[in-house]
Amino acid sequence: MTIAVPPALGLAEDKLQNARPASIWRDTLGNLLRQRNAVFGGTILLFFIAVAVFADQIATHGPTTVLIGVEAGAKKMAPPCIHLLGCAESQTQHYFGIDGNVRDVFSRVVHGTRISLRIGFLTVGFAIIIGTLIGALAGYAGGKLDNLLMRLMDVLLAFPALLLSIAIVTVLGTGLLNAQLAIGIVAIPVYARIMRGSVISIRERDFVTASRALGESSFGLLSRRIIPNALTPLIVQGTLGIADAVLSVAALSFLGLGAQPPEAEWGSMIGLARNQMFAAPHLVLFPGIALALSVLGFNLLGDGLRDALDPRLNR
Amino acid sequence: MTRFIIRRLILSIPVLIGIVFVVFALARIIPGDPCIAALGERANEQSCAEYAARHGLDKAIMPGIFRVDGQMEIRPAEVPATLVDNQFVLYLQDLAEGDFGRSLKFGLPVTDLLIQRLPTTVELTLYALTFAIVAGISLGLISAYRRNSIADVVTMLIANIGVSTPVFVLGLVLAYFFAVTLNGTPFELPPSGRLPPGVQVPALATVWGLEGLGGPPRAIIDFLSNIFTFNAIVRADWGLLGDVVRHMILPALALGTIPLAIIARMTRSSLLDELGLDYIRTARAKGLRERTVVLRHGFRNALLPVVTVIGLQLGGLFGGAVLTETIFNLAGVGRAVTEAIGSRDYAVIQGFTLVIAIGFVLINLLVDLSYAVLDPRVRLR
Repeated sequence: MTIAVPPALGLAEDKLQNARPASIWRDTLGNLLRQRNAVFGGTILLFFIAVAVFADQIATHGPTTVLIGVEAGAKKMAPPCIHLLGCAESQTQHYFGIDGNVRDVFSRVVHGTRISLRIGFLTVGFAIIIGTLIGALAGYAGGKLDNLLMRLMDVLLAFPALLLSIAIVTVLGTGLLNAQLAIGIVAIPVYARIMRGSVISIRERDFVTASRALGESSFGLLSRRIIPNALTPLIVQGTLGIADAVLSVAALSFLGLGAQPPEAEWGSMIGLARNQMFAAPHLVLFPGIALALSVLGFNLLGDGLRDALDPRLNR
Repeated sequence: MTRFIIRRLILSIPVLIGIVFVVFALARIIPGDPCIAALGERANEQSCAEYAARHGLDKAIMPGIFRVDGQMEIRPAEVPATLVDNQFVLYLQDLAEGDFGRSLKFGLPVTDLLIQRLPTTVELTLYALTFAIVAGISLGLISAYRRNSIADVVTMLIANIGVSTPVFVLGLVLAYFFAVTLNGTPFELPPSGRLPPGVQVPALATVWGLEGLGGPPRAIIDFLSNIFTFNAIVRADWGLLGDVVRHMILPALALGTIPLAIIARMTRSSLLDELGLDYIRTARAKGLRERTVVLRHGFRNALLPVVTVIGLQLGGLFGGAVLTETIFNLAGVGRAVTEAIGSRDYAVIQGFTLVIAIGFVLINLLVDLSYAVLDPRVRLR
């Protein structure tokens, strides 16, 4: 249908025709870029991703290289030495100092970026996939299956998260992979609940009924109609969930249940240095700052995404 | 209101059963010989046989499910015969008697260990929660009231950083700052333990001459007695109270910062939402003082989401307590659990996990009930 436009409005008509249809993704990106916090968070994350990708080039030493015999004068737990900040030129530079096993802390923190980002994405990816499946199944099937699955999720949610992951790690055995698995399992209920809620609210919408009337199979309905429309809250929760996963796995590693030495994981670095805190605070400080900054990045971006995806903002 | 409470109580029963079942199942999935897991590596044939008989290890785990040489075996034909006669029922019976097994490492019943350790965690959590609520709500209020002022920007910046800083990093940094940097100044604070070395706290049961008492009442008195703040206040021992508080400040700051940040953010956004509503304009138009409008009208209605968020923080606090206790050398539940993992002390892990999870469900129940008090609409749902 065409709308008759008076000649005086011809210009406006041109604009209307040239305007591209609004899409949720373009709106979201626009909203996101308008939020200072989200841009800041995204910048931090881009920085960490770059560090992770180029870790080999950025690091001055190997993450597990012991400097005894490699470098003359490398002292155990030596504080940071940076020539620009007044450290004697005769000494070798160690931006973040040297740890208790005579390794370069800067290189370990840089390589830790890789491990922590991988932990965050893998753990949350696992939780989202399993959680989405459970939630979609429960919401779509309804009835007894829904009840059973959701009560199971309630039980998982009833445990304090860290405690349940500790209990799971005791069964699976310590190690980085098992710690990730434990944190992933503990995170499942959140995504299952979100997915189920979305499925239930979308299931009865007209466009789904129309699809069904056109002969779409149950699987097709779920995968092509329902899940894409339920993605928004999952993306937001997933971003915030990565922050949580990075923190939780670091906490398990700190307790000695996750990454095992000599792996350069931030939590385990802090855990190992805990008893030398008073003698060598730099051993805790630098991995601690890296951990807090990366978590801050995910948190800011997640909060920003939540606001950006809120249609009330598209004024 | 009564109906609401009863319905909410009934709803938490399946969850409680589920928790017991999960902890039971986790214990049975642990690889290796359950006897060695429970009695330690040096258990001999005879003590193992006794243990197996006492805990019914030869019986079905669940109706029809057996474990033979470490492998799960399902025998559908034996389901009716093992419907009542199985390990899960035995486990429930033990629990009903308050028997959580014995700790290998400490040589104590897990219940006794709980009475020693749980008070520390409860005390720590309460200090941290109080700090988080008082400071968080105040900061949130100021932020919302002076929206976009420097105070607001700074508060929200601190809140964002606070929420992202791991408990164990913050704890170690605080310990360094207050114990090393401020060493010798009046602001120096002890970075470890609950009390100065050498200070003893008399048990309330002894003070009150109740040493003959046994059973649950005694357990409760011992429990309260180990909450040193309570103990000091009841006995009017102000010197001890000062020591206890000084030792709790750093752990409470470390543990309370994340909830503080979350509470502050929630208070701010919830109050801002309320302050934009019509009834606030009406209140202002009536000529009420701004303070009355914000505190009595807006804040009161903004409180519900804040209470929800406070309730949601409790699980995180328990988790954070594990880390805080490790850093500040507090002999609480969390440290008991991590130490138990190191020494494969499974009875402790299971007993503590179970008790904490059940406590957590009950606390969430209380949080739900508090909504009903705050918001009459909840009761009708």
